[in-house]
Amino acid sequence: MSSNVAGEKFEAVIGLEVHAQLLTNSKIFCGCSTAFGAAPNSQTCPVCTGQPGSLPVMNEKAIQYTIKTGLAMDCSISPYSRFARKNYFYPDLPKGYQISQYELPLCLKGRVVIETSEGKKEIGITRIHLEEDAGKNIHEAGPFSFVDLNRGGMPLMEIVSEPDMRSPAEAGAYMRKLRTILRYIGVCDGNMEQGSLRCDANVSVRPKGQKELGVKVELKNMNSFRFVEKALEYEINRQVRAIEAGEPILQETRLWDSAAGVTLSMRSKEEAHDYRYFPEPDLVPVTVPDNDIKRIKESLPELPDIKRERFVSVYGLPEYDADQLTAEKPVAEWFEETVKLGAKPKTVSNWVMGELMRLLNEEGAPIEKSSVTPQALAEMLALIDNGTISGKIAKTVFDEMYRTGKPAKKIVEEKGLVQITDTGALESAIDAVMAASPSEVERYRAGEEKLFGFFVGQVMKATKGKANPAAANDMLKKRLKG
Amino acid sequence: MEIFDLTIEELRLRISRKEVSAAEALDSVLSRIDKVEGRIKAYNTLTPEKARGMLAEADEKAPLYGIPLAIKDNMCTRGVRTTCSSKMLENFVPVYESTVTSKLIKAGYVLVGKTNLDEFAMGSSTENSAFKTTSNPWDTERIPGGSSGGSAAAVAAGQCVGALGSDTGGSIRQPAALCGVVGLKPTYGRVSRYGLVAFASSLDQIGPITKTVKDTAILMNAISGRDPMDSTSAPIPVPDFEAAAGKDIKGIKVGIPKEYFIEGMDPEVDTAVREAIKKLESLGAIPVEISLPNTQYAIATYYVLATSEASSNLARYDGVKYGFRAEGRDLLDMYMQTRSRGFGPEVKRRIMLGTYALSAGYYEAYYGKAQQVRTLIKRDFDNALKEVDVIATPTSPTAAFKMGEKTADPLQMYLSDIFTISINLAGVPAISLPCGFTKSGLPIGLQLIGGHFDEEGIIKAAYAYEQSTGWHKRRPAL
Ligand SMILES: [Zn+2]
Repeated sequence: MSSNVAGEKFEAVIGLEVHAQLLTNSKIFCGCSTAFGAAPNSQTCPVCTGQPGSLPVMNEKAIQYTIKTGLAMDCSISPYSRFARKNYFYPDLPKGYQISQYELPLCLKGRVVIETSEGKKEIGITRIHLEEDAGKNIHEAGPFSFVDLNRGGMPLMEIVSEPDMRSPAEAGAYMRKLRTILRYIGVCDGNMEQGSLRCDANVSVRPKGQKELGVKVELKNMNSFRFVEKALEYEINRQVRAIEAGEPILQETRLWDSAAGVTLSMRSKEEAHDYRYFPEPDLVPVTVPDNDIKRIKESLPELPDIKRERFVSVYGLPEYDADQLTAEKPVAEWFEETVKLGAKPKTVSNWVMGELMRLLNEEGAPIEKSSVTPQALAEMLALIDNGTISGKIAKTVFDEMYRTGKPAKKIVEEKGLVQITDTGALESAIDAVMAASPSEVERYRAGEEKLFGFFVGQVMKATKGKANPAAANDMLKKRLKG
Repeated sequence: MEIFDLTIEELRLRISRKEVSAAEALDSVLSRIDKVEGRIKAYNTLTPEKARGMLAEADEKAPLYGIPLAIKDNMCTRGVRTTCSSKMLENFVPVYESTVTSKLIKAGYVLVGKTNLDEFAMGSSTENSAFKTTSNPWDTERIPGGSSGGSAAAVAAGQCVGALGSDTGGSIRQPAALCGVVGLKPTYGRVSRYGLVAFASSLDQIGPITKTVKDTAILMNAISGRDPMDSTSAPIPVPDFEAAAGKDIKGIKVGIPKEYFIEGMDPEVDTAVREAIKKLESLGAIPVEISLPNTQYAIATYYVLATSEASSNLARYDGVKYGFRAEGRDLLDMYMQTRSRGFGPEVKRRIMLGTYALSAGYYEAYYGKAQQVRTLIKRDFDNALKEVDVIATPTSPTAAFKMGEKTADPLQMYLSDIFTISINLAGVPAISLPCGFTKSGLPIGLQLIGGHFDEEGIIKAAYAYEQSTGWHKRRPAL
């Protein structure tokens, strides 16, 4: 995607509000399960259905996860923070207010580094706060609508960025980076399709060089990384066209319609709610002792940026490889484990990014589910190194390992894939090939050297690919010279 | 003396000695209800069947075994309609039990019924109930006070042996005073609010309404303590309140705030309370004049904060999940019809006040400012209670007023709580107990205020005073 969607004269200004569902076992204010996909309203109780007289009780794990996220994004953690009520009426909001954080969020002022084709860039994090999710309205045919409150009261973290992004590509990179970090620290599964990661965008357009921001439009309903970029692209174009046509930009909320590929006005600023925030009297303020912050900081895993740098400096991997391998923590761990068993880093990287990823992607499986273990790959690579199998045969072996879970050695033995380095066997194979193609031999000897490849192919065919390529090459050259 | 006339203390003793069976006690109370409820109208719901079932299941060794109690109709009782005296919840049956009633069940109590209140506990007379106005047992033409008027009247009329009320700005103490019984609002956080239908969350507390101070202490023992279901309940050990009743009060300092003896107060109330303070002095207490300088701002502060919280707390009554629903053309219309028709005028007035106070552009001037003043009021009490052990004031500026007397003027009604409201803002505990009667035979209440989590201090002083008088032995003629 082009980075100057706004054209030569204009510049887009984008800030994102990302909602991340936390991977706690129970909801934020009650003991109900957070498992996805249960029958409607089967995971509810007096608290998360807003029964009269029920009260919220803070899930400490949710607080810790939010602090963890804040620390992973370089935020300062507020020693004192509190919850607030955001008041509005909607059927999926059983109390008539959402318990959120307002003037005193848990985390403030952080940053995330993204990388696009234009290089690295730091995106500021304004704040990260904790809140409860709403339920879901279900509209079916007929005069009724239904409400499913299973999702109501799920712990949700809102990560608000500074308006630091200038293109849909940057927004996309930011979203992916957030996802990577959240998954690294194990607080959110980052699944946009299932809604555990959601994104709203604030976007405006201004003439290049202008300091003041243009009129801001809020975009909602973008439930994939691609849609975030598409919706922004559409919206930026729409705003630029409007400005060029002398039409005003209205401050409004617009919905992304993924089927039509357009954004549509949902409500104007005048229709915006007055949420009447005030401190939640049913919860005590959250005080975070320095010790807790220290403890959570120490529990943080190596974060992607640091891991990536280390992969480059310690393993000598190209930036691209390091980037790919560290995007998901389990992949990075798989890679390192294999390297620790003595395999060459770049070779492991090639196999992981190539064959392994191809096979995993084919069935949509995560690397943790791979039937090939780091141990198994390391053993297979050792077979290549000691000349038992060729790199070419190795692909067949790896495929078989992935399918059956058998070790490489066994497959090589069972299928008789051991490389032919034995001079006698090679010689007879080459002699047979040469005898079968006398005219090609003549032409080669007459100077048509490009025919060499033909002979290599024939030898490989004759040996079912098991010929040691280097040895076969040497011998072919000698024999063909006559 | 009939069984229904007994105190919890006395009945408990007789049941344990097998002089009275728990079933006889229940029957006595139920037949008393039969006799007087038509005139008192204390109950929204009577639960005789439930009571018998509870009795069958209760542990005879439990501390409140067989004690028939009434519960204000804003505390959730599983399977028993909990209406808040509102059309909105007229047919609402909770699926869960509030913490206080769970504790009482464990203690072996028997639920007689759910008592009337001002709708959602908003009022000082029970006249804001959507269903009925409860009568004061001492004069059935008069109101019993509110909002826990049903509980106070039921206790005074012998329609239960004790009761629970809730107090947001005086809703336990003022009706207790007006009905000639004892009522205690505990320190905020002493008793769990889980299952109490919220009016103003930062002010609401559940407490006992009983015939004597000792009975209040007994119920406090049963309902107090940290509750994991209520984050605002305090992790502070619960002392034996019953043991506090009977301790010597020699040398305790009783603060008398000059701001509480004001012009316009009923002279009979003024006299009775001054007499009570003299009585305390004769028992060895030392009166000390004190000042609570921010008292004059209490009502305004209270009505900003309480209505703000209420406007949010009552948002859940939207016709979607439970309670009353009016049909509407669309969702918005359904909301508006439901809330317009489901709530009574006082509730709507407070929702509007609170919504306004929290609105963008007004928040700082109203809610923000009120929070600051609340801090000052709290500081007044903290400072005063460094100098004195308890503070003595009237509970209500007047004795029970006539039905309809103040309904036309909400501000007049709000002033009924002028002596009780500050205590909720400060979060400290206070007890009201009888300290005399007007010439026309209406009870007058003395309020004793204590430091944070020092219910023992006020129970001790109240008990000493009570035992030196005979007020608590008087019963209304019904
Ligand atoms: Zn729940």
